[in-house]
Amino acid sequence: MATDDPLIVMHGVTKTYAGIRALDDVGFAIRPGEAVSLAGENGSGKSTLIKILAGAEEPDAAEIVMGGRRYDRLTPRQSAAAGIMVIFQDFSLFPNLSVAENIGFSSELHAGRRLVGRERVRALARRTLERVGVEMPLDARVETLSVAHKQLVAICRALASDARLIIMDEPTTALTEREVRVLLGIIRRLKADGVAVLFVSHKLAEVLDVCEHVVVLRNGRKVAEGPATEFDAASLTRHMTGRDVAETPPPPLDPAAPRLLEVRGLSKAGVFEDIGFDLHAGEVLGVSGLLGSGRTALAKALFGLVAPDAGSVRLDGQPVPLGDPLGAAAAGIGYVPEDRLTEGLFLTQSILRNVAIGRLDAHARGPLLDLAGLWAEAGDWLKRLAVKAPDTAAPVRSLSGGNQQRVVLARWLARGPRVLVLNGPTVGVDVGSKAEIHGIIRDLAAGGLGVLVISDDLPELLGACHRILVMREGRITDDLAGSATSEADLAHRLAS
Amino acid sequence: MKLDLTRNETLVAAVILAFCLVAALTDPGFLSMPTLTDLLRGGIVLGIFAVGVLVVLVSGGIDVSFTAVAAFAMYTTALGLVTWAPGLPWPVAFLIAMGIGAALGAINGLFIAGFGLPTLIVTLGTLSIYRGFLLTFVGSKLISNLPPAMRDFSRLMMVRGTNADGSFYSLPWAFAFLVGVVVITWTILHRTMLGRSIFAIGGSMESARRIGIPVRATQLFVYVYVGMIAGLAGIIHASMARVANPFDLVGLELSVIAAVVLGGARLAGGYGTLTGTLLGVALIVLVRNSLVVLGIPSTLQSVAIGILILIGTGLPAWQAKRAAARAA
Repeated sequence: MATDDPLIVMHGVTKTYAGIRALDDVGFAIRPGEAVSLAGENGSGKSTLIKILAGAEEPDAAEIVMGGRRYDRLTPRQSAAAGIMVIFQDFSLFPNLSVAENIGFSSELHAGRRLVGRERVRALARRTLERVGVEMPLDARVETLSVAHKQLVAICRALASDARLIIMDEPTTALTEREVRVLLGIIRRLKADGVAVLFVSHKLAEVLDVCEHVVVLRNGRKVAEGPATEFDAASLTRHMTGRDVAETPPPPLDPAAPRLLEVRGLSKAGVFEDIGFDLHAGEVLGVSGLLGSGRTALAKALFGLVAPDAGSVRLDGQPVPLGDPLGAAAAGIGYVPEDRLTEGLFLTQSILRNVAIGRLDAHARGPLLDLAGLWAEAGDWLKRLAVKAPDTAAPVRSLSGGNQQRVVLARWLARGPRVLVLNGPTVGVDVGSKAEIHGIIRDLAAGGLGVLVISDDLPELLGACHRILVMREGRITDDLAGSATSEADLAHRLAS
Repeated sequence: MKLDLTRNETLVAAVILAFCLVAALTDPGFLSMPTLTDLLRGGIVLGIFAVGVLVVLVSGGIDVSFTAVAAFAMYTTALGLVTWAPGLPWPVAFLIAMGIGAALGAINGLFIAGFGLPTLIVTLGTLSIYRGFLLTFVGSKLISNLPPAMRDFSRLMMVRGTNADGSFYSLPWAFAFLVGVVVITWTILHRTMLGRSIFAIGGSMESARRIGIPVRATQLFVYVYVGMIAGLAGIIHASMARVANPFDLVGLELSVIAAVVLGGARLAGGYGTLTGTLLGVALIVLVRNSLVVLGIPSTLQSVAIGILILIGTGLPAWQAKRAAARAA
């Protein structure tokens, strides 16, 4: 029930960090009951705008009109009083407190209460959960909840503090497909309730599904705005990246290319069974399957992280030890994990160290390290993969998803592997970087590397792979040439 | 209530029961009033300290300076009273000691809340400073002629009697202070927004800041409160011992932290109960007082306490880990 009276109007929001324009004269309006999508790549200024709305950052210049009053900037208090609530990616909950207490804490705090009103808080929590149509045990500790439920608690907390505008920062990144559908349903419910939602996401399908209005930022400027019906995935991508990101299919494979990796009869009880395939030099081979199809376990098995019960893996005809990651790495297999944050990177360590760590043995001079050589090599690989980092001594955490993924790739490439297993190479990476990573994969393959791409992102598989294996219930059910299939066909084969 | 074996409280309570059972079987005189009052008396100072430590641990910090604060407050108060005002009633002496404790706690709080320094480092530093300052500038001589009011306090008994075999037993009123501290702390922690904020900060300081909890003020309160409680424990200790020894108390901090951790409080912050803390204290006092009864040399006490900590905190952690692995 969007009305015409805007809830909040922004004009000329500008913010400069150390001489760089993070936001340049951005302005748009949000109406009650409306879902607005704020789209843009990493570094486009989305997060800066959120922080200004939350009152966490002071703009250089801005005019924000809310509830009939004009502000040059918002303090956190003014922002909260106006009902602007941000749901951060980490949800900002208290894992040690109950669901009810998490939901009620800020409203009690802002009401200036000094004593705990247990029943009042429980009643508030119950009402709020009903409002979003979710059932949850009020006394459960938040740490015991799933990610999706934690997010719901965060949404309920915002609602309990009379939220009129809920800002969601990348709310769907950690959710499964079904949970995303539930979340989108709740957003629709909130809209019907008159609550406005500013939805920050780079998943285009969701954006177009739930939002009425789209605002696209690029390099701190608003480059497009309009009703969601006027956009499609291609035009959104064009606005976000400023160019046409067309996936060019990989160049045809040399039919005489030697066989590199030979997998035969690989089985693990209850996980995958009788997996066999070949990978040729210069080939990009996709492996796809739904969650639980065994695709991730297979990827891990090739790198020794999962020990198979039976079968063999050969590289250049030489057997690769099974269940032994160090052995697999020594044999020339590299593995880029799905969750690079917890499995692939030393987040607080420097970018350079994250690359160099894979090459310590190669630069050993007796008991000492040839540091100069080590750093030089690592720096060289960062350059070759075009990692955009102002300072390679900065922690790797400070990089965007796409650049982090390049750092992981650089570490492996420095070791000169023969086969690279990439598990979800572009999860959490924005559209522009995605195409660039696909470009890197293409170049690597052209250089004679065998690349295995494990992914459930169908356009990615179609765009990057020569051949696609489909897994279902632990078995390979299809072996398709990339050029001979389509997204619809692939989706059908995955699910049926 | 369901018996939950993943909780430390259940485990510690079970160990206490088993311990008492073994002790009673070994020594028929174990289950008697004198044993009980001995244990309760032995738990007063340790218990008051432990309550303070619990509050700090819940807030996500750690304080190792509280024993030095207690010694400082206790000795300075006793010396001041003996020198200038031997006639003051004991409640005034107690208030002075608590005030000194609160002031020293405020110094900790200033560094921690004001400058955002790590709690362990700050309190390690102030532990050394308070103790060194006390011994250098205030005094290092034993005060055995405590003011009469403090001696009177130590003679106030809640329970007094003679056992069937003719042995005397008594429980001093100082025990009521432990009960009072527990009740007040429970009320603060569970019935005030301040207390819930302490839990919230321990759970996630960043989240607390984001929803507008006054993190610094809350932290300052925590360290002032712990200092005040430590001052109280110090003066009670001196009264009961009828001597103010500036070398006392320091060195006890790890046992107290051990008792609190044994009772289920997490060093990472956000978790801990008063029930668990008191059970932890009870177990440690029991081990200290009663291993001799079982014919175990007293030097083995610390080994026993160490094993209890490893099992008492390790078992629930291990069970939680297994539960998490099953859920994944």
